[in-house]
Formats: sequence, structure tokens, C-alpha cells
Amino acid sequence: MEIRKETNAGTLNIAISGRVDTTTAPALENELKDSYDSCEALVLDFKDVEYISSAGLRVLLSAQKVMSKKGGMKLVNVSRDIMEIFEVTGFTDILTIE
Amino acid sequence: MKELIIDALTENLPQVLGFVDEQLEAAQCPVKIQMQIDIAVEEIFVNIAHYAYEQEVGTAAVRVEVTNEPPAVQITFIDQGIPYDPLAKADPDVTLSIEERQIGGLGIFMVKKTMDDVEYKYLDGHNVLTLKKGLVSK
Repeated sequence: MEIRKETNAGTLNIAISGRVDTTTAPALENELKDSYDSCEALVLDFKDVEYISSAGLRVLLSAQKVMSKKGGMKLVNVSRDIMEIFEVTGFTDILTIE
Repeated sequence: MKELIIDALTENLPQVLGFVDEQLEAAQCPVKIQMQIDIAVEEIFVNIAHYAYEQEVGTAAVRVEVTNEPPAVQITFIDQGIPYDPLAKADPDVTLSIEERQIGGLGIFMVKKTMDDVEYKYLDGHNVLTLKKGLVSK
């Protein structure tokens, strides 16, 4: 998994690529924890995410909980296969996906 | 049937997935089904790594069996840890709002939802969990 960060007028854009699984999700979680204070809103670019397991879903859920008290969080460029995982787990109802 | 016997440690997950993927790719498994199977394998293996042996390091056996008619795979996980049926846990309520949603319990739920069949048995001091999944896209 690789993470690229870019801040634009208080909105933090994080582009994630590769696999978000048990072994890589902690790195994403740490990256997000370090960023919460310095950003108002969060955009996660899922264009190059190939795989996400429940470890990754847990990170998204905690990020959503933090960001819903701030300027919000949204996911962009989610592939069809990843979208199906969000549907099965009910995440399509709690995440903002564009 | 192919078998991998490995220490039940989270850091061995890439090896377990590599082993399973090798068999799935040989069976020309569609990418989407492979991802669903990988997710299920990850959940089950990580569960064993976290809970089966408490502080000690034990092993897990992962058996992959591919059948042709119909094209399907059966993956069996065997460990000698504490008897534990992960399927006995209640499913999380996936209709709850963001404030109410609990973190956790999602993994096994995803396994149940995406696999065709999931079965747990405790046999002669072994936890035996079997996943079955057809290899044809529906």
C-alpha cells in the first residue's frame, strides 16, 4: 500500500494505492491520526485501491466518526469491486461515496 | 489438494494469501471472486493468529482444494488452539447510523455474506473451519 497526501485550502486529499489489509491498515490509520488536527475535510481517493479487508473498513469507520464532527469525509473513484464490499457491509449508507 | 502449514502470526498473512492466490490463479478464478476469497482467508487466518494460541505461537494448516465440475474451491483452516467457533458470534447490525456503528465483527460477517458455505467443527482437539466458493461469476 502507498499513500500520497496533498492539502488544499483545509481539505486533505489522500490517494491510496494497493492493498488495505491487516498488515497495511495500521499505516493508513497512523497517517490519518496525524492529519486530523491539521485538516477540516478529508477526501480519500480510491482509484488505485485493489483490495480492502475488514481491517481497512475499520479504519474508514473510525475516520468517518472523527470527520463527521468536522468538515466531513468523502471517498472518490471507488471501483465496482470495492463498491460491492461497501454494499455487503452497509458502508454505502454511512460513507459519502462520489 | 495443496497444504501450507505456517505459524499463526499476522505477519505471515502475505504468505498465506500468496499460497491461496497461486491455486486460484491456476484455476483461472475471476478477479472479483479471488478478492472475495482473499478477504475471507484474511479474516479467518488473522482470527486464528489473534485468538487461537493466546500468547504462544502455534501453527495453522491451510488446505486448498479445487474441483472442476462445477468449478469451485474449498479452503480449510485447521489449528490446535482454544476451541472457538467464529460463526457463533451475532452478525453486526449493518443498518445502524455512523454514530451507532460498532467497530468490529465485520470480518466474519463479510465471510458469511460472500462465501457460498462456511462451516466450523471442533474435531479431535482441532478447530476446523471450511470455506466453499464457486469459481464462476454469477
